[in-house]
Amino acid sequence: MFAEVTDAALDEQAYNTRLKAKATNAGAIVTFTGLVRDYNNEGGIDGISLEHYPGMTEAAMMKLLEQAKMQFDLRSAGIVHRYGFVGNHEPIVWVGCAASHRKAAFEAAEFVMDMLKKSVPLWKKEHQDGDATWVAAKASDEEAAMKWLNQK
Amino acid sequence: MINIKTFAQVREITGEDSLALPLPDGCSTVSQLKSMLAARSANWQQVLADGVLCAVNQELGDDDSQIKDNDEVAFFPPVTGG
Repeated sequence: MFAEVTDAALDEQAYNTRLKAKATNAGAIVTFTGLVRDYNNEGGIDGISLEHYPGMTEAAMMKLLEQAKMQFDLRSAGIVHRYGFVGNHEPIVWVGCAASHRKAAFEAAEFVMDMLKKSVPLWKKEHQDGDATWVAAKASDEEAAMKWLNQK
Repeated sequence: MINIKTFAQVREITGEDSLALPLPDGCSTVSQLKSMLAARSANWQQVLADGVLCAVNQELGDDDSQIKDNDEVAFFPPVTGG
């Protein structure tokens, strides 16, 4: 399993190859790529910046993968997240989950993304007309994470 | 000493991204540390009143989390990654 942050462009193909190499006997790989939207509720934006907590961010992502591995019986999994400035339409996060069957892989990828948005130290700022505004946490993200927590 | 780190709005509002403070006798929880920090400035008071999250030695914690000498305690707003 791998959990990394980077300020360079994401290389989804390389992560996919890496995941496949680690996922012995997997029957399904589900990957998710999150992209920067070029708008928010107020209009167009000019990209985002991400702040992270060096050390804790990676550790929190790895902990999340370990939880997902246990819960969905994954063969392997990975997360790579950008930090620093990320331009519009660029990938910001990649998640890959490998399991014996597709249902577990799909569910695990959703679980990892929902929980990442709630529990991994990363903060987004949106750039707009030379200004930058911190993004507020969304109630819908909170609910998505709670749904998994309440299932246990 | 207790090592304090701040991120995002908490860092910007307090203007202090990291500080090391002597840990007074009897200060053994995050909640007690918060009271100590709130006394530093109105800005600290503001961020601590604002539903701030904390981590002790890089693990998410809460007001009741225990702290001891040389721990790293971080304060930050709700996360917005992904």
